[in-house]
Amino acid sequence: MSTRSKVWWIVGSILIIVYCLFPIAWIVSLSFKAPSDISNGQFLPTDPSWGNYSTILTGAASDLFLPALRNSFGICLIATFISCILSMFAAYAIARLDFPGKKLILGTALAVAIFPVISIVTPLFNLWRQIGLYDTWPGLIIPYLSLTLPISIWTMSAFFREIPWEMEQAAQVDGATTWQAFRKVIVPLAAPGVFTTAIIAFFIAWNDFAYGISLTSTDASRPVPAALGLFTGASQFEDPTGAIAAAAVIVTIPVVVLVLLFQRRIVAGLTNGAVKG
Amino acid sequence: MASIEMKNIVKQYGDGYPAVNDVSLDIADGEFMILVGPSGCGKSTLLRMIVGLEDITSGDMVIGGKRVNDLAPRERNLSMVFQNYALYPHMTVYENIAFPLRLSKTPDDEVRRRVTEASDVLELKEHLERKPANLSGGQRQRVAMGRAIVRQAEAFLFDEPLSNLDAKLRGQMRTEIARLQRRLGITTVYVTHDQTEAMTLGDRVCVLRKGSIQQVASPRELYEQPVNLFVAGFIGSPPMNFLPATLEGDRLQTPFGPVVLDERRAAAVRGRGELLLVGIRPEYFEDATLVDEAKRPLGSVFRARVDVTEWLGDSQYAYIPYEAPEAVTTQLRALSRELDSEELRTQAIVSIDATSRIREGREAEFWLDSRKVHVFDPQTGENLTRDAEAGARLTQMATEDRVEQVQDAQASGQTVSGATTGGGQGSGAHRAGAV
Repeated sequence: MSTRSKVWWIVGSILIIVYCLFPIAWIVSLSFKAPSDISNGQFLPTDPSWGNYSTILTGAASDLFLPALRNSFGICLIATFISCILSMFAAYAIARLDFPGKKLILGTALAVAIFPVISIVTPLFNLWRQIGLYDTWPGLIIPYLSLTLPISIWTMSAFFREIPWEMEQAAQVDGATTWQAFRKVIVPLAAPGVFTTAIIAFFIAWNDFAYGISLTSTDASRPVPAALGLFTGASQFEDPTGAIAAAAVIVTIPVVVLVLLFQRRIVAGLTNGAVKG
Repeated sequence: MASIEMKNIVKQYGDGYPAVNDVSLDIADGEFMILVGPSGCGKSTLLRMIVGLEDITSGDMVIGGKRVNDLAPRERNLSMVFQNYALYPHMTVYENIAFPLRLSKTPDDEVRRRVTEASDVLELKEHLERKPANLSGGQRQRVAMGRAIVRQAEAFLFDEPLSNLDAKLRGQMRTEIARLQRRLGITTVYVTHDQTEAMTLGDRVCVLRKGSIQQVASPRELYEQPVNLFVAGFIGSPPMNFLPATLEGDRLQTPFGPVVLDERRAAAVRGRGELLLVGIRPEYFEDATLVDEAKRPLGSVFRARVDVTEWLGDSQYAYIPYEAPEAVTTQLRALSRELDSEELRTQAIVSIDATSRIREGREAEFWLDSRKVHVFDPQTGENLTRDAEAGARLTQMATEDRVEQVQDAQASGQTVSGATTGGGQGSGAHRAGAV
């Protein structure tokens, strides 16, 4: 690469990074502004303070925010876990076995994924009230599975297809049952795929607003995105902008931590050396 | 340690295409059997049916006296080396080799003992803690073999194990495999498309074509007494030359002059049609000026123009073009396509002494040893002059040699290791490996 094109690449990259990170920087800046400072017309707060954070963590809004944070974590982790296990088996079957209706399953999964969420919220709301799932954890976990499973099955089956057939056959010849071959050879090899899938599934569930606001009514199960929408200012003349910004920063942290944590596991190429090289 | 018997094995795929068609083959206990043939001949399918990775459409697969058609691979107790090694990338070399033992719940100290033994035999000792990704091709190959020899399997199966190695390493590993098999004395089935491996490794070689067996014999018999055009063309490098010929009395008229046949062969050929194919191996030719006076009368001399010569240091090849009738050319072209080669012109490849001064583009005088030529029926491909008795004698000799070698190898192994009692032959051989 010549120096000239290198410079252009750097300039381009910086532009894109600034473009992507600017809203986030803005939210961070907002979260440090006092209510009177919010519309000061400047990017940086004139007098940075932790006031907004103390409001949501210990102050007036903490009753709304902290249970919501707990709900969000619990519901999203359970949904991700179930979705990973189910999609692992489904993807294995799709990648390895020849059975009638394989295309149908993949097609249906895709159809579910592109189905607009908002159109099933109302029927679900009525159904959940009838059968007592309204405002409960399972009441959100089940719809979250419908959101995360299709994408999980698709990503995971792509990963499984990458694993050479011989791995499994070798294990069988070595004396493994189908289950042992799956557990001891295929799953470890698919681990990067499983982590990638888990992160994607977690984000999808974590970011959901439509189900969260419609299928819950109390602290019992309301997730963070819904709770953010219910924040109120100190008086009716005041917007809760600062508190919402602070909460948004806090809910972004687990996502960032997750990505940093698993970044190294998501490196493809773990199968290097399995077969001839 | 077991024999493998196949009785009328058929493999038919969903579309009705028979990949393996009515194959019956007996592999004796401790024998090294090679399955060889051009791509698509069904050799790998047959191997995978032995190990159980492929269903058998019909026929019986009997291993060690037990019919195994319906047994899963893990219940057959065979070990296999795959073409691409199929090492487990997330395990160390040690765990890779130990994997079959772990599955059979072998106690830890036993696992350590056996893995150490296997890694000693294969000189993998200093690599035990590494991951397969950090090994060279030859080392990976050895790890795959370690995984195969670490447990007492009934038989070893190899599926083109050397085809991913470079030529030099392939030669070394080839001798290594031969030594290992002799030492352990375990029944081995080895699939390859490389006829050098087939000739050097096998006690017996089974040549397959389009799913059916052409000939099962020792490498020597295959070379000297092939049953048909296919086997004759497949075995030998450079391949056998096929020249069109017509019979006149007891001599064959060929593009390279008359070839005199002895009484037995002349009788066999007589009355088998106008046009025949005579098969002559490159080394039956020689530069006429370099032939012993004593040998000269045993063959015929002809003059021909040399197209190209290849000097290889220890030997030299000359290419001599010849004219052939249309029918023969198309037949030979079809044969060469089937043998995975692309022979476009009708030319004879002739091996001459490396010191010969024959040069390209010149006419030269060649001598042809007519004692060993074979005559084939161009329609059926059948070898009309095959001496079945002589062939059987060659294979018999090879079998006797093998028994002797196995006994020698095992006896010497046992004295060196000092282990003389216990177990079957297999465990004795394993201990021998520990030296």
